[in-house]
Amino acid sequence: MNGVHDLGGRHGFGAIDYDTSEEVFHDRWEAVVFAITNRALASGVAKNVDHFRHSVERIDPVSYLSDTYYGRWLGGVETLLVEAGVLRSEDITQRAVERGADREARVAARPSGHTWQDDTPRSQSAARRGVVTAKFSVGDMVTTRNLNPSGHTRLPSYARGACGCVVAEHGAWVLPDANAHGRGEQPETLYTIAFEGSELWGDTTEPCVSVRLDLFESYLESRYLEAK
Amino acid sequence: MTDFQPAIRAEALESLLIEKGLLDPAAVDRVIEQFNDRTGPMNGARVVARAWTDADFKERLLHEGSLAVEEYAFEGGQIDKLVVVANTGLVHNLVVCTLCSCYPWALLGLPPKWYKDPSYRARSVREPRAVLQEFGVALAASTDVRVWDSSAEIRYMVLPQQPPEWVGLEQADLAHRITRDSMIGVGLLSA
Repeated sequence: MNGVHDLGGRHGFGAIDYDTSEEVFHDRWEAVVFAITNRALASGVAKNVDHFRHSVERIDPVSYLSDTYYGRWLGGVETLLVEAGVLRSEDITQRAVERGADREARVAARPSGHTWQDDTPRSQSAARRGVVTAKFSVGDMVTTRNLNPSGHTRLPSYARGACGCVVAEHGAWVLPDANAHGRGEQPETLYTIAFEGSELWGDTTEPCVSVRLDLFESYLESRYLEAK
Repeated sequence: MTDFQPAIRAEALESLLIEKGLLDPAAVDRVIEQFNDRTGPMNGARVVARAWTDADFKERLLHEGSLAVEEYAFEGGQIDKLVVVANTGLVHNLVVCTLCSCYPWALLGLPPKWYKDPSYRARSVREPRAVLQEFGVALAASTDVRVWDSSAEIRYMVLPQQPPEWVGLEQADLAHRITRDSMIGVGLLSA
């Protein structure tokens, strides 16, 4: 989805806010969100990591930028808990108000009628070696497709329609675009593609810079397809 | 804290889930203990220190990262495939995840706040040299800067360059000197 999460290349965020003394968790509530998310993944409320990542992408976009990392996770996991019927939004708000929250506070979670389509078995690893043959080889030039799905994808918008070189082939992996939505695993070959800075950023690129992305085969087409 | 609204809502969610028997009240303390005591950049530092002092291990680490670190059985989040990339005099590697905040937890622990903030995620792919300058890393104009945007389940870690003054030191001593930032690629090591 063309969401606010797709941050690569955006202008306007300013300097890096580097804090040398930072702790793993800045406050207990961050560990609370972490523990709840672990539980959601273990219990099947979050069907898999792709389903969870997409729940974070679907939260309120203002909250995405204002609530920090664990606030984003909170929005995602609350979305999934409500969609799974485990909790009701109004009960969570009521409890938060009892604990001092503002009743009108912006809530990150965006539960919808987003229904899970099947019960793909959960698995530990996303690697699926040997189930598909690779269309491209190391050294091939490829172009990324101009994909704009409303659902989950792992092709960042800054790398759409860009030409790059295959620098590694990693065998077959679960396709997040399908797995996040319960459409099965649909394994595809995963490649590392190297893009020159000028291909992504034009004249404004810094010198001697390249970006490498791990991209699924269906994101790619041969650089020379149209010429043939 | 706090009147930070997400903080209050998180603890409201926790209390409801505990009441329903869906969350172990001790789960939060276990998470804190895990990532404070057992899973952190000290794991990655052990691996780097060994790679500097054991050429066979270094070769295995750079070619089959997951297999090379298997024997350590690091906890704290499975890595489906680990790729370790070496900084040299000619190449400087930098790791980011622009779409979320993917990071090699088992080796480096949970990522620092700046790694997850919009600024680093937005800028490191577009102007890595400017970002590195902010971290105090100045590179030659001819250095090949490679940014790894972790867009699938492969996790990346940088094998930093060993300062020449550190050659001959014991692995345990080296491991204490190796910084988290050098393994993300935003820091250089110096004696």
